Formats: sequence, structure tokens, C-alpha cells
Amino acid sequence: MNKLLEVDNLSIGFTQYFKGLKQRKLNVISDLTIDLYENEILAVLGSSGSGKSLLAHGILGILPPNAEVNGLMYYKNEELTDELKEKLRGNTISLIPQSVNYLNPLMKIKYQAIGYIEDESLKNEKLKKQEEIFERYNLDKTVGDMYPHQLSGGMARKVLISTALLNNPKIIIADEPTPGLDKKSVDETITDLIDLKDKGVSVILITHDIDTAIKTSDRIAILYLGYIIEVTETKNFKYNNENLLHPYTKALFNALPENGFKLTNGHQPSYLNIPKGCPYQDNCEYKTDKCLKKVPPLVKIGTSLVRCYYPIIN
Amino acid sequence: MFKNKKNNKPWFLYHANLRVKTLFIIIVASLILISIFLSNFFINPNTALTTDFSNINQAPSFEHIFGTDWMGRDMFVRTILGLGISIGVGAFASVISTIIAIILGSLSSVNSVADEFVASVIDLFGSIPHILLIILISISCGGGFYGVILGVGLTHWTPLARVLRAEIKKIKTTEFIKLSEQLGKSKWWIIKKHIFPLVISQIIVGVILMFPHAIMHEASISFLGFGLSPHEPAIGIILAEAMGYLSTGAWWLAFYPGLSLLFIVLLFDLIGENVHKLLNPQTTNT
Amino acid sequence: METLKAEHISFGYNSKNMVLNDINFTMDNSMILGLFGDSGSGKSTFCKILTGFIDSYKGNVLLNNKSIENGFNPIQLIYQHPEKIMNPRWNMGDILKESWNPSEKILNEFGIKREWFNRYPSELSGGELQRFSILRALNPKTKFIIADEITTMLDAVTQVQIWDSLLKYAKKYNIGVLVVSHDDKLLNKITDRTILLDDLNKQ
Repeated sequence: MNKLLEVDNLSIGFTQYFKGLKQRKLNVISDLTIDLYENEILAVLGSSGSGKSLLAHGILGILPPNAEVNGLMYYKNEELTDELKEKLRGNTISLIPQSVNYLNPLMKIKYQAIGYIEDESLKNEKLKKQEEIFERYNLDKTVGDMYPHQLSGGMARKVLISTALLNNPKIIIADEPTPGLDKKSVDETITDLIDLKDKGVSVILITHDIDTAIKTSDRIAILYLGYIIEVTETKNFKYNNENLLHPYTKALFNALPENGFKLTNGHQPSYLNIPKGCPYQDNCEYKTDKCLKKVPPLVKIGTSLVRCYYPIIN
Repeated sequence: MFKNKKNNKPWFLYHANLRVKTLFIIIVASLILISIFLSNFFINPNTALTTDFSNINQAPSFEHIFGTDWMGRDMFVRTILGLGISIGVGAFASVISTIIAIILGSLSSVNSVADEFVASVIDLFGSIPHILLIILISISCGGGFYGVILGVGLTHWTPLARVLRAEIKKIKTTEFIKLSEQLGKSKWWIIKKHIFPLVISQIIVGVILMFPHAIMHEASISFLGFGLSPHEPAIGIILAEAMGYLSTGAWWLAFYPGLSLLFIVLLFDLIGENVHKLLNPQTTNT
Repeated sequence: METLKAEHISFGYNSKNMVLNDINFTMDNSMILGLFGDSGSGKSTFCKILTGFIDSYKGNVLLNNKSIENGFNPIQLIYQHPEKIMNPRWNMGDILKESWNPSEKILNEFGIKREWFNRYPSELSGGELQRFSILRALNPKTKFIIADEITTMLDAVTQVQIWDSLLKYAKKYNIGVLVVSHDDKLLNKITDRTILLDDLNKQ
């Protein structure tokens, strides 16, 4: 299998003012390292409000100007520079945003879907294609002439997916596609994502919903306080926790209501108070002095990657 | 390597963050305004503004940097005194306007009838041309210094009252106010502890930005002859008098006082905008 | 025994489109009761009506068959987004003390550290904030807690921690808890019984 996208040591931070003269630095993503292969769904799992969306914005090159970005990204072994990002954005790599709030409320859906095209014949060609794709997703012809506020929740999601598909992308980044949807729509979204994979598109699914991640993805990358702490095959989440290596990943598995709802003491701090050393030390029962001093590197064990000095291997 | 230079005045400003720069601008601008205002109390008009007919209508020179008028008085001293009066009028008028705005803003949050009433009063005052209203109030209050203050003070509260009304409305619908009510806190407690601290920054900025308007309006009606009495050294009076001499080529009589007035107004604007940046960091995060 | 009763509750944001229609509901303070509903089914609206956040509804909310008096409301709401029910300019200590001043032992049970008291809401993580908002609601005068999707935004590990402290406390002090969620697996795990909002809501 070929590597499509490689993100190496990505960090994203912001310097912000918050009270009077005080300035603070917020490291939202500290060390994010992931690979995306052809024809796979990779879920990036992290708790809400953690700025996971910034990963998507970082790959697409649409971060705000006050963001400090470090690390390298490659698309098919070619370095993903700002120029390349701009070239690929919306064509080869496209985004399914969180909600219709990302659409312009004063513009008809079909014109937003095709984007701004000056050439009249090219425009008609695109519109035709847009109609085809909308049809494939069971969207009525009239939907194209609607405005965003007229869409129901389920329709909106389909519009966003079909819009992302319009330029035959190789990679789709789906940013939290499920929250706020009813059960039926969640199930439909899951089917749609798997369907995308079958069509030969690779998907990065950014989510905090572990159920959706398990049902759709091939691999899961677990994000904790801005660090990727484990990348594991999804099947390791399905039956038991034996092949999960990081203490947090194990705790996460055991904490699911269907797996025993087991209590782990400690708490997850805020991004302003990321501890020195291992990010998970506040909750970890295996920690030693070494963990408090230096962040463990991401190491390969079997098919997994894990960031821990004492991975739990059965 | 720049870090070591941080305490190396005056270059530290170059490396300081935006917040420190903002504060610096506010302090410098305020010092200028305060010193102009205070100089009013230290300059004795009777000695500093002696009529000297050997020195009439002199163009600006090192001795009289703003020149002299037709009675040989130093225009710089007159301008400074005039600006001092302007700032004084602005300050008094702003206090009056702020009090009215706060009262009406709070009244609007009582119930919908009071809110309708406040909205109509704001619209009513907003719809009458300012100058006209100021002149009317000023004359009906007997004119002079207090007439002008009342005239300007009673007309400049509309923008602040409008902002406060909207802001209080917004805060009142937030979930944490609703929760406070469910925790059994009284209306007065909520106003004092939650709402007031959240609108105080709006009030401060509103007051500072009211100054330039008040000063300009005072100068305008004094210029038109409806404001301060002719023996006060107000900028409006100076400009009105200068009109008669402009044709003789004494351009400096109007030019420098007018420019100074503009300068003062811009300083207040600058302070207002920078204080706003400082108090509302979330809207200015770069 | 304390009972919380809602009689003939109806509510709509406009008259054509009723969100809640003639809901009748009873629970007592010995129960951990689950209320299941999909997003958009009106559960948040129902929670706000029970706790006095919305007062323009039809029907009655009764505590021990009496309507709720002014002053401290013994039915307290915990919200999905804790940061929305905290004044951003207050520090955490003041935010907690707006309700009451819990002992060191209780703070420990909820995993709250004293040093957080001087911080502002924007300086704590979602899990830390939610601990504060729960403890604030657990004033000694509180009889019922309405917990509206309180762990939806948190990871599974934090979810267990939060429910563990809240439910232990509620059992100990006889506080009734209505757990409102779209997550049926969670409801099955932590509640004594679960009812469906769609069954109550006569559409």
C-alpha cells in the first residue's frame, strides 16, 4: 500500500492575550505524527474542544495567521508546502466541515458546491457534475437552488459530503461529522464514509465519538493533550484490550459503558497546563521519575505506534 | 540576543508586546491632556495675557510660537487656556451624559414597557440635530459656562445608552445569569456582581469617546456665539474672533488654535481605542 | 421522600411548531432516572423547563406537589457546556462559592484541586470545568439534579470519573438525578430505569 499523506512532528500553537497585559501560549497540538495510506480510513480520536479541527486546517493550509506551526507534511513523498497546499486544497484534498455554518448563508447551494468559476462553459460542466453527485446522494434537484438555512440536518450532511466529492479528491478530511445528529443520521454517515473508501478515497476522520471511529476506520490514532499517544489497528478495539498498549488507551477501552465502565483516577489537564514529560502522567499508575522528566518518543511495537516508556504488552 | 536589550530604554518599546505598547500610548496621551488641563490653573490670565500694543498681529516666531493677536496677546497661551476650558467642558458634559446613559440603560432592563420607553427616548433625542438641541438647552439654561455644559451633557448620552441597553440585554440572556437566578440570588446582587463588571469596560470606553464629540460641539456653538461668553478664552471664541482678521493675512490666529483642537480630539480618540483594546482582549488578539 | 412532578408541560418556540406537547412526568429522590432522546427531540428544552431556565411554558413543575418558590431552586441543572454557565470574568473559587463552600473532603471526592480556585474558566479543561459545575449544583439545599448530556463533550475516561463522583454523592445525600442523554449504553449502565422522551411527548 502506498503512503498518501505523512504528517511528521506537527505542532500548532497560539500566543494570545487574555487578561490585561498577560500573554499566554497555548500549545494545542504538540506532537502529531500520522501516516495515511491509500484506500484507508484513519480516525483521529481526541476529546472535544481540543482543537482537533486545527489538524484539518493545518493540512489544508487554512490556519489563522497568528498560529505557530512547526513540523513537516508530505503528500506522496513530496513536501507539502504552502503553495502545494493551496494547489491541492479543494481538489485532491477536500474537507467535510462540521456543519452548514461553514457555508455562506446568502448563496445558493449549487454555486457554493462548484466554487467560483469564471469560464461559462466550465461552469455549466461543473454544475452538471454537481447535479449528478447530488442525485447519487438522493438529493432532490431543487436542493441546489436552496439556501443553507433551508436544509434539514440530514440533507445538510449529504450536501457537505457531495460538495467535498465534486473534484474527485484523493483524500477527504471529515471533521466531527456526527455530533448533533440523530441515531439514524449517524448510521447513514457511517455508511457514507465506508462507501467513500470503497470508491478509492482515503479518509481522515477527526472525531471524539469512539463508536463511530470503531465502526468506520481501519486504524485509530489517539490524541491526548496534543500528542499522538498511540496509533493502533481498529480491530484491537473490538473485542478486548489485549493489543492496546498505552495505559490511556487501555483505560479508554475499559471506561466504555459496554466494556465495564471502569474508573481510572486522575484528570485530564487543560492545554495551558500540559505537564513536563509524559502528557498522561496525571492519570497513570505506572509512572516513574523518567516519565515526569521527558516526553516519551513514539515507538513502533508490532503494527502499533505507542508513546510510552512502559507499554503494556501481554 | 534581543532579550538582553529589553531593559535598554527607550528601545524596550520596540520589543515589547502590543499590550505594553498600547498602555504606553494611553499613558503618554493622557499625560499630554492632563498637563494641558492643569496648566489652566497655573497660568494666570491677567499676567500672562497682558495686552501689548507694541506687539500686535505678529506672525509666529520663537518668542511667540503661535504669534500674537490684535491686542498683542500671546496666541499660544490663549490656545492652551482655550483647550483647558474645552477639556473641562468635555469632562463635565461626559459625566452628565454617562450618568444619564447608565440610568436609562439599567431602566431598560427592568421590563418591556420600560425598555420601549427608553428606546423611544433614545430615538427621540437621536433624531433631533445635535447642534440645534445644544443651542436650545444652552440658551434655556441661561447660557454661559453652565449652559454649555448642560447643553452638551444632556445631548451626548444617546450612543452610550444604546450600547448599554444592547449589552445588558445580551448579558441578561446568558446562561450564567439564569443559573444565578436559580441559585436564589436577588436581582440587585446579579446586577452588582455579574452585569455591572461586564459593562464597566463599555462604559469607560464610551466616556472617553464622548469627549471628542463634546469638545467639538462646545467649540462649534461658542463659535456661533451661542456658547461661552466672549471674554472666556475658549477655542470657539478665538476662532470666531480670528475670522475678522483672516482677510488681513493673520492666518495664524485661526490655524494654530484650530489645529490644536483637532490634535486634542484625535488624542482622545486614540486613548479610547487603545483602552478598548486593553479591556476587550478577546476582540483584539493579535 | 421528595417528589418532582411535571404536569401537562407544553412548549414551542412558535405556536405552529410545538417542541414539547403535554408532558407528564414524575420522579422521586431515591432514583437515578434516565431520559433518552435523540438530538433535536427537545430534551434540553425539557431540562430547562424543569429547572426554571425557561419560564414561558404551559403546565406546572411541582416539588412535593407545591410549585417552586422564589429563591434557591432545589432542582438544579447541569449543562452540556460548563463554560456557558460560568461568568468568564470570575475565578473558579468565586464561581463555586456563588452556590456554596464545600469542605476539603468533598473537593477531594470530586477531584478538584484548591490551586484551580484562582484560575479563570478559560484556563481549565472541559473535564475540570464540569467538576466545578457539578459541585456547584450540589448545594446542601438541592433535592434534584437534572444532568443534560453532561459528559457528551468529554472522553470516556473522564466520563466515568464524573459519573462516579456525582452518583456516589447523590446516593449519599438522597438527591434524585435525572440523567438525560442520547447515549443508550451509558444510560443502561448508570441509571435504575430509563424512559424515552418520545413516549412522554404527545406529538
